[in-house]
Amino acid sequence: MKDLPDSEERRANLKGLGCARKRVEDARFTQGKGNYVDDIKLPGMLFGDFVRSPYAHARVKSINAEAALALPGVIAVLTAKDLEPLGLHWMPTLAGDKQMVLADGKVLFQGQEVAFVVATDRYIAADAVELVEVDYEDLPVVVDPFKAQAPDAPVLREDLEGVTEGAHGPRRHHNHIFTWEQGDAAGANAAIDGSEVIAEETIYYHRTHPCPLETCGCVASMDKINGKLTLWGTFQAPHVVRTVASLLSGIDEHNIRVVSPDIGGGFGNKVGVYPGYVCSIVATIVTGKPVKWVEDRMENLMATAFARDYWMKGRIGATKDGRITGLHAHVTADHGAFDACADPTKFPAGFFHICTGSYDIPVAYCAVDGVYTNKAPGGVAYRCSFRVTEAAYFIERMIEILAIKLGMDAAELRRINFIRADQFPYTSALGWEYDSGDYHTAWDKALKAVDYEGLRREQAERVEAFRRGETRKLLGIGLTHFTEIVGAGPVKNCDILGMGMFDSCEIRIHPTGSAIARLGTISQGQGHATTFAQILASETGIPADKITIEEGDTDTAPYGLGTYGSRSTPVAGAATAMAGRKIRAKAQMIAAYLLEVHDDDLEWDVDRFAVKGAPERFKTMAEIAYAAYNQAIPGVEPGLEAVSYYDPPNMTYPFGAYICVMEIDVDTGEHEIRQFYALDDCGTRINPMIIEGQVHGGLTEALAIAMGQEIAYDDMGNVRTGTLMDFFLPTAWETPNYQTDWTETPSPHHPIGAKGVGESPNVGGVPAFSNAVHDAFRAFGLTQTHMPHDHWRIWRTARDLGLHG
Amino acid sequence: MIPARFDYHRPDSVAAAVGLLQQHGDEARVVAGGHSLIPMMKLRMAAPAHLVDLQGIAALRGIEAGDRIRIGAMVTQSEMLAHAGLAEAAPILAEAARQIADPQVRNLGTVGGNVANGDPGNDLPALMLCLDATFTLEGPEGVREVAARGFYEAPYVTAREEEEILTAVGFDRPARGFAYEKQKRKIGDYATAAAAVLIGAEGGRVVSASVAMTNLADVPVFSAAAGEVLLGSDCGEDAVAAAVDAMQGDIDPVEDNRGPVEFKRHVAGVILARAIARAWSRV
Ligand SMILES: Cc1cc2nc3c(=O)[nH]c(=O)nc-3n(C[C@H](O)[C@H](O)[C@H](O)COP(=O)(O)OP(=O)(O)OC[C@H]3O[C@@H](n4cnc5c(N)ncnc54)[C@H](O)[C@@H]3O)c2cc1C
Repeated sequence: MKDLPDSEERRANLKGLGCARKRVEDARFTQGKGNYVDDIKLPGMLFGDFVRSPYAHARVKSINAEAALALPGVIAVLTAKDLEPLGLHWMPTLAGDKQMVLADGKVLFQGQEVAFVVATDRYIAADAVELVEVDYEDLPVVVDPFKAQAPDAPVLREDLEGVTEGAHGPRRHHNHIFTWEQGDAAGANAAIDGSEVIAEETIYYHRTHPCPLETCGCVASMDKINGKLTLWGTFQAPHVVRTVASLLSGIDEHNIRVVSPDIGGGFGNKVGVYPGYVCSIVATIVTGKPVKWVEDRMENLMATAFARDYWMKGRIGATKDGRITGLHAHVTADHGAFDACADPTKFPAGFFHICTGSYDIPVAYCAVDGVYTNKAPGGVAYRCSFRVTEAAYFIERMIEILAIKLGMDAAELRRINFIRADQFPYTSALGWEYDSGDYHTAWDKALKAVDYEGLRREQAERVEAFRRGETRKLLGIGLTHFTEIVGAGPVKNCDILGMGMFDSCEIRIHPTGSAIARLGTISQGQGHATTFAQILASETGIPADKITIEEGDTDTAPYGLGTYGSRSTPVAGAATAMAGRKIRAKAQMIAAYLLEVHDDDLEWDVDRFAVKGAPERFKTMAEIAYAAYNQAIPGVEPGLEAVSYYDPPNMTYPFGAYICVMEIDVDTGEHEIRQFYALDDCGTRINPMIIEGQVHGGLTEALAIAMGQEIAYDDMGNVRTGTLMDFFLPTAWETPNYQTDWTETPSPHHPIGAKGVGESPNVGGVPAFSNAVHDAFRAFGLTQTHMPHDHWRIWRTARDLGLHG
Repeated sequence: MIPARFDYHRPDSVAAAVGLLQQHGDEARVVAGGHSLIPMMKLRMAAPAHLVDLQGIAALRGIEAGDRIRIGAMVTQSEMLAHAGLAEAAPILAEAARQIADPQVRNLGTVGGNVANGDPGNDLPALMLCLDATFTLEGPEGVREVAARGFYEAPYVTAREEEEILTAVGFDRPARGFAYEKQKRKIGDYATAAAAVLIGAEGGRVVSASVAMTNLADVPVFSAAAGEVLLGSDCGEDAVAAAVDAMQGDIDPVEDNRGPVEFKRHVAGVILARAIARAWSRV
């Protein structure tokens, strides 16, 4: 008998679940050899560029393209008039509204697409844009969602005049989009009104933008000979884009191929369908030549999907010893000019009703009013599940405010109200079924790791020193315990434009024991090619290094709903595990035949089937794969392939405990993050290194959002933060050191117990940073001040509290 | 993000460059490091038909760090930062240059471009005012010297004639006490407020003091009054407060995304007080 490598060594060789495997994608990315949309160059390719509105609200009286068309190299200038006969001057949004592709009679936000210039050269296209003369008549601008609801507010959406029933119920004002409610209003109010302590506050989560490093763009190419349209683009959901493109253009779906090549970050910004895609498709159909459109940074910030912009009014009640009795939330949601939120169809405010957070709140109610303003459309989930970061920020601020009212330590208040481990699966007052969690364990671990008591002592001493005039710096301790809800979602209630939100994986094992797997998702930096191979390695016994993962080409990959909302691991990851199990089931039959035993006499051992009680008699997966292709096995089809379409039975509920320790200079408003501790529980951990990387990235975006990043408008609707000079993207310099930690509470319903982690740090990070700022000023009477906490706003807080003497 | 069409020239002498400026008049602009001009061209806020690149002119490079310091216009901000002689003779240069943007910008951005640009957000102009530098300009009429303190007239408007090229900056070895203090929102940002301070001392008393401020008016601000009130003092609390008050009379900040006027004035005061304290600690 030859020496068997012990099973642990074989397991390590697989680099499967739990292995901190280096990202296979990075070899090309770190060498500048990625292949992005803008790298695609086709013979005869034309270039598109937009004429955009300088006004936030204006009537378009005329468009004169003569001078532009006279410029050598200009092929066409498309306007709404040209698109109208095709029915493409407007397009449906994901939220049940419709949106202008090109200005149809008026413009509703600064940067709106007015005309599409097509030229033989990118530079000529830009020159021609300057030559298109548009005659505007400006109209009164509304950028405030409350003023937009005044009786005499200007009518923004004239196309909806008289429409009193929207996609999500009645509209009660010409700028009102929907009211969406959940929970028990009367019950929540009664519980709160009867409480010993009531806290009430309005919490604004400002408008910001996902700002991926690569902006949005596409190359559309119509082959007039075979009638096939190929569309390369920055798509987080390529299959859905294919379906939408088919429905809009009338081209049969089998004649459309959509490809998402390497994507330089998405964060929700690349979920939607933008006018640039539609115009490029029209232009390639009309000209018969490939057409490229890639927006620049300013266009990306001004016109493609923003995030947040939620005014959240909260009431929370508690007993005087800190037990929460009820929660009431009302949100005014600024959706901009068109409702182009990217949410599952039945959820116009996403999963905002996760706003009871990590707490066992007996009764709750939330309502969201969507409103039109003269701002860019969007409302995407910027590195979070649908509106979950808003919900987490809301509840984590309300808890802090309640702690102030109660005169209680905010860490203790959380502990008193956490859902206990023995309560899972737990049904929240707003109807979610939390799958698993152990909040107390995570919380205690976090508090201990940072020496919470010691920090509070230091803070108290600092306050005294400040009062004695010995220092001008305050110390803030920002606490957060968040619960995410990811992995949309069960087809019974989650769909995008009617497509159920399942996902898929298709596996082929090659004769020599390596494999390719294709998924319906698309990586934008998450490292799918690394982690999905690891899931499959553990399921099939084929080393991860011998598994190719492919996504993003609708001609080859199985249909899936794409990557956003931390859904890839919960949904496509589950499909991968299930497809792997199908492979293993067939492999077992083949092994039984080869070993001349009954199927049931075999057991799986890391990378092989061995005869029970006789481990020296085995067939490895590689041997089985070879046999699948070269032997006639009675009753078994040749080949070794499997497909799985996975409809998740529930969402998954990752959670975490974050603590931020921040120094604040009251004179300059500057801050310094002294410590940031992040404990994440994302269920089964597939690749700890990737988890850590995702947490670092998400926390850095959270830092940006909390401390400076915003899309700001002036009263005329001009975007004030349209470049990276003013829109804050942190560099290594601004980024603090992060200390990551974990607990592991598997999801009971996911095949491998994984939950998803990419977005948790944005969801939990924003309240942690913001709570630290608030906490620094708690001793001086601050209850609430709005983000972003940039220098001058922090300075203003200090001034208003009288700290400048 | 796509500039308008332009023709590109790369002369190899100052005379040839001046010749091109004469030939094309206001259709021509010189380009040095391009890190102020090219962003403006990409935004189409500038659209020169002719770009005259100074990179090929060897005479515009070179650093002399004796009793009189001379820095060629085409010396990059990084070169200035790394120069051992300058570090010894005028360490305030490196302290200021290190706070300009990031290494990528400093590797291309030049000293001459930074001071000639006329943007009140640039850091080197206030530094030059503080140092009482002289700018050497060469044009069709020959070479002339202009005091930095008389150079800045309005945003992007300077005493330089359109057909002149700034060839070098020069100044005497400065006093020992120095500081360049800058508050900004992030790396790559212009100053919310910045202060350049030089202090000379003898026997525990200030014998010379020079104060200039960045991005707090539509031109860089030399605050003669702030320097004067420090003279003879020991840079104690009262003297610093008086200098801050005097400086407040010379600045005129405007509201922008960095914050409202009241905030900028407050920060300017804090920054100047810190700069004075640091300069004093080094005399
Ligand atoms: C992201 C970013 C951040 C920045 N942050 C800062 C900062 O914090 N502080 C700061 O001070 N600067 C900052 N800058 C500007 C940078 O320092 C520029 O390099 C500098 O302002 C201009 O120098 P340049 O050599 O690049 O000049 P150019 O951009 O080539 O020219 C600037 C102007 O000066 C003229 N000019 C240039 N050289 C001469 C000459 N020898 N004679 C006559 N005219 C001339 C040009 O015609 C043009 O009008 C930043 C730039 C960027 C892109």
